[in-house]
Amino acid sequence: MAPADTRTRIVWDYAPAPESADHVRLRSRYGLFIDGDFRDPVDGVRVDSINPATEEPVAEVAQAGEADLRAAIGAAREAQPRWAALDGLERGKYLFRIARLIQERARELAVVESMDGGKPVRESRDVDVPLAAAHFFHYAGWADKLSFGVGGRPATPLGVAAQIVPWNFPLLMAAWKLAPALACGNTAVLKPAETTPLTALLLAELCQEAELPAGVVQIVPGDGSVGAALVRRPGIDKVAFTGSTVVGKDIQAALAGRGVPLTLELGGKSANIVFEDAALDQAVEGIVNGIFFNQGHVCCAGSRLLVQESVADTVITKLWERMGRLRLGDPLDKNTDVGAINSAEQLARIRALVAAGEEEGASRRSVACELPDRGWWFEPTLFTEVAPAHRIAVEEIFGPVASVLTFRTQAEAIEKANNSTYGLAAGIWTDKGAKAFEVASALQAGVVWQNTYNHFDSSAAFGGYKESGFGREGGPAGLRPYLRVG
Amino acid sequence: MSRLAVRKTYKLYVGGAFVRSESGRYDRAADFNVPRASRKDVRDAVAAARKAAGPWAARTAYNRGQILYRAAEALESRAGEFGVPRAELDAAIDAFVHYAGWTDKLAPVLGGVNPVAAPFLSFSVPEPTGVVGLVAPDEPSLLGLVAELAPPLAAGNAVVAVLSEAAPLAGLDLGEVLGVSDVPAGVVNLLSGRRGELAPALAAHPGLNALVDAAGDAELATQLDRLAAESVTRVRHTAASATYADAVRDPLARLEAVTELKTAWHPVGA
Amino acid sequence: MLGKRSIKTTAKEQGIRLAVSMLDLTTLEGADTPGKVRHLCAKAVCPAPTMPEVPSCAAVCVYPSLVGVARGALDGTGVRAASVATAFPSGQASLEVKLRDTEDAVAAGAEEIDMVISREAFLAGEDRRVMEEVVRVKEASGDAHLKVILETAELGSYEHVRHASLLAMEAGADFIKTSTGKAASGATPGVTLVMLEAIRDYVERTGRPVGMKAAGGVSTSKAALHRLVLVKETLGDGWLTPDRFRIGASSLLNDLLMQYQKAQSGRYARADDFSRE
Repeated sequence: MAPADTRTRIVWDYAPAPESADHVRLRSRYGLFIDGDFRDPVDGVRVDSINPATEEPVAEVAQAGEADLRAAIGAAREAQPRWAALDGLERGKYLFRIARLIQERARELAVVESMDGGKPVRESRDVDVPLAAAHFFHYAGWADKLSFGVGGRPATPLGVAAQIVPWNFPLLMAAWKLAPALACGNTAVLKPAETTPLTALLLAELCQEAELPAGVVQIVPGDGSVGAALVRRPGIDKVAFTGSTVVGKDIQAALAGRGVPLTLELGGKSANIVFEDAALDQAVEGIVNGIFFNQGHVCCAGSRLLVQESVADTVITKLWERMGRLRLGDPLDKNTDVGAINSAEQLARIRALVAAGEEEGASRRSVACELPDRGWWFEPTLFTEVAPAHRIAVEEIFGPVASVLTFRTQAEAIEKANNSTYGLAAGIWTDKGAKAFEVASALQAGVVWQNTYNHFDSSAAFGGYKESGFGREGGPAGLRPYLRVG
Repeated sequence: MSRLAVRKTYKLYVGGAFVRSESGRYDRAADFNVPRASRKDVRDAVAAARKAAGPWAARTAYNRGQILYRAAEALESRAGEFGVPRAELDAAIDAFVHYAGWTDKLAPVLGGVNPVAAPFLSFSVPEPTGVVGLVAPDEPSLLGLVAELAPPLAAGNAVVAVLSEAAPLAGLDLGEVLGVSDVPAGVVNLLSGRRGELAPALAAHPGLNALVDAAGDAELATQLDRLAAESVTRVRHTAASATYADAVRDPLARLEAVTELKTAWHPVGA
Repeated sequence: MLGKRSIKTTAKEQGIRLAVSMLDLTTLEGADTPGKVRHLCAKAVCPAPTMPEVPSCAAVCVYPSLVGVARGALDGTGVRAASVATAFPSGQASLEVKLRDTEDAVAAGAEEIDMVISREAFLAGEDRRVMEEVVRVKEASGDAHLKVILETAELGSYEHVRHASLLAMEAGADFIKTSTGKAASGATPGVTLVMLEAIRDYVERTGRPVGMKAAGGVSTSKAALHRLVLVKETLGDGWLTPDRFRIGASSLLNDLLMQYQKAQSGRYARADDFSRE
C-alpha cells in the first residue's frame, strides 16, 4: 500500500529555536559590589539596564558616585596586602573555583549576556562564556608560577587595579581584566560598561560563592563619567582600559605625571587581506566571521576587506551571496547569526557613518532583513568601490558593515593595511605558507590571523600597535602589566 | 545482631579497569591481600599506556589541565578513604592543582620562537615523550607517588607506575579515585608488588620512552640505568617528596625529563 | 556557523519527512537474498504504516544480482530501483568488466546506477582515465541516471575531494556521491560541504545541475538534518528535493521515524516500535 505522495515540494525553513530564559536567576535590582557584598550607592544613581532587542528593562542597576568610588578603592586597598601575602597556590585555588562556577552557571550567564547586550546567544554560549572560564583557569595556574612567566625574575604585585571594560564582550572582558590582576596578587575595582553591567554583577555573585575574600574584587557600574572619575581618583596603582580610542586617549592624558602604569586596548580598523591564491570559499567564511561576528562590535573586526584585484569580483559575489543567508533577529534564538545593536547611540553612529559612505561615493548593498519593530537593528552591509581615503575606510564603524578595497600586489596590500592610525589585528588569506609568514611579519598589527579570523585563547597574547593601544592580555605577556618585575 | 561488613578487594589499575594480577599471586599489607603484579602485568600496562598516550597527547593543554584539576577535586572529596595523614593528603591534592596549572604554560616556558639568521620562521615546542615508567618511593606512599605522577601527566604522557612496596594501599586507592575522574583509560596504570621484580621489568621494556625513579635505592638505580640504556630510555633519578614544597620544587626538572623538544622551520618569503 | 543550526518543532518534523523522501534505502551484504530485498522494498514504499503522512523513500539500492527483484517489487510505486555497479566497492577490475557489470544491472531493470571512480587511477594522478571511465559508464547506463561515488575516505584531502567532484561532473555525472559505505568514513560535514561547494561552482559555470548523495556515517536524525542545513545554505531551497539530494543509509530510517514519533507524541519511541526492515 503506497501512502499519499507527500514528496511534492516540502518548503523547509527553520522554526524558532529559542533559548529558554526561565532558568535565569536575575534579581530585579542590583547594588554596587564593594568589599564582598552588594550595597546601595551613597551618591550614585539607579538606572535600568535595557535589552536592546526589545527595549525592555532587564534589571535595575546602581551606578557609582564619587563617594562610592572612594569606598571601592578603599576596600581594595585594605584587602590587597593580605591577598598578596597568600601563597600563590591559594590565590590560584580561588581563581580555579571561579572558573568552575562560570562553567557550572554557563547557560545562565550566556542568556543574560545576550539579553543585556544583544549578541546572539549562540555566540555568548559558544564563545564568550567558555573563553571567560578558560581565562580564569589559565591565570589560576600562573598564580604560583609567576617567576616562570617573567623570565625567572622576582615579581611583586602593583596594588590596586582600576579596570574599565566595554559593552561588546562584557563578561569576557571582565575575565580578561580580573584573572591576571588577581593571580598576580593585585585587588581590583572594575567598572563594567553603562549598557551591559549584568554579567559582571553575576560574576560578583560567583566571587561570593567562591568565598573570595572581601575587597579583592569590586564591581561598580557606571557611565563614561564614572570611568573618568575612577581613573582620576587617588589610591590606584594601575589602570587597565578596553574601549574606544578617544576615551583611551583621555585616560592616558588624565594619568599624566602620576606614574601609574597603564594598559590600553582600543579600537581598530583591521585589514582582512585575501590573496588570489586563497581558498576562496573558506576566505569568504572567514570574512563573514571577521566582520559580522557580534554584529561587528569587535575591536579587532576585519572591517577593511583588502581583496586582490584578480579575484575581487569572485570574492564579492560569493560574499554577497553568503551574506544573504545571515539570519538577523532575536538574540535568544539559537539560529540567529546577527543580533541587536547594543544601544540607540551606537545605532545612530553606525547610520551616520554608513550615510557618509554613500555620500562619499562608495556603493552600498544591505541584506534585506525583516527587522523587528522594537529594538535596535542594522542589516549586514557591504560597501564596494571604496577608496582608502573614504571615512568608511578610515574610521571605526563598530557595526555589521564591511568595506571592500582592492590591491594588485603583495607590497601594495601591506602598505594599504598599514596605512592606518590603528594597528590591532589583521587577517591573511593565502594557500602559500611562506607568503603568509612574510606578510604577517610586515604588518603593523598586534594580532595576525592566517587563514582564519577572530580566534582567541587565554594563552595567546592579544593587544594592538599604534592607536589601538599598548600592553597585552593573555599568556605570560598578560602577567607583566600587573607586576613590578626585577 | 551486628551487620557484617563487605570487605574490599584491592586490584591493580590498568587500562582504566580494575584487574587482578595475571599471576594470581598476592602480598599482605595491613590485613589486606594486595595483588603482586608480574612482568606480564607490566607488559600489559605498558601496552595500555601506549594505546592511551596518542589520544591523551592530542587533547588540548587546557583540556588536560581541567582533567588534572578534576582529579584534585575527586581526591579532595574522597579524602576520608585514605589511611594517610591529612597533611600528606592535602599536599597530594595541591600537587595535582599545581601541575594542572602547568599544562598550558609548558610551551611558553620551555619552547619559543628561534631568531634564526635566515628568512625562516623557526619555533620549538615541547611535546610529551610518550609513555613514562615510574618507580614510586616507599614513603610517603601517596605524596611520593603523586609528586612524580602529576608532572608527566601534565606534560601529556601516559604513565605506568610501580607503587610503594611497603605501603601500596594509598596508591591503589588513588587508582579508584582516578577511575571515577575524567582521566581517560590507560593514561594512568598502577601496579602493586615487589619493586625488585617490577622496576627492572619496566626499565627493560623497550616500549617506554622515559623512566622516573624515586625509590632512593642506589643499587637498583644503577641496574635501572643499565636496562634503560638498551633502548635509550630517558632516566631521571630523584629523592622522594616528603612535603608539598618538595613536590613543587624545580618543577621544570620534572617536566623537562618527560618532554621532547620539536623544532620546526618554515620559509618566510614570497 | 553552519554547524550550529538548531532545528526544532515544526522545522524538525518537516525536515524529517523531507529526509525520508530523500533516502536511498540500501542493503549491500554478501548475505542479501530476494526475500530480504523484498522486505526492504516494502519498507521503502511505506516506511510507517501508522503515520501515513510520512512519504516513501526515494529509492532502494542493491547489488546488480538483486536489482531485478527490487524493480519487480517497486514497479508503480514511485520508488526507484537503484543498483551499484563497476566492481563495487573497490572498483579494482578492468574497464570491460565494469561496463559489463553496469549493462547487466540496467538490463535487470536498474533505473539508477551508483558507480565507483577508479581511486587507483585518481591517486596515481591519471585524471583522464578517471573521467574516461565515467563517460563510458554513463553511456552504458542508457536512460538510468548515474551517481558517481568518489569514496572520499580514500582520497586523503579536501582538495582531492573537490578535484574528484569536478572530474566526475565534467564527465557527465548526474549525481556525485561521497562513499560506498564500506570505507572508514563517509559523508562527514566537511566532505559534504566541499562537494556541495564544488557543485555550486560547476553549476554557476555550466548551468547544468548536478545532484549530491551523502552516504556513509549519516546514521542519526540529527546528522541527516544537519546535512539538509548544509544543502539549504550552500545550494539553496531548490536543491531540497530527492531529484537533487539523496541520503544513502540503512539504519537511519528507523531513527528518523523514532524522532518523528517523538515530535508528534511528545514521548520517546523504542526501536521495537518500527520494523527493522
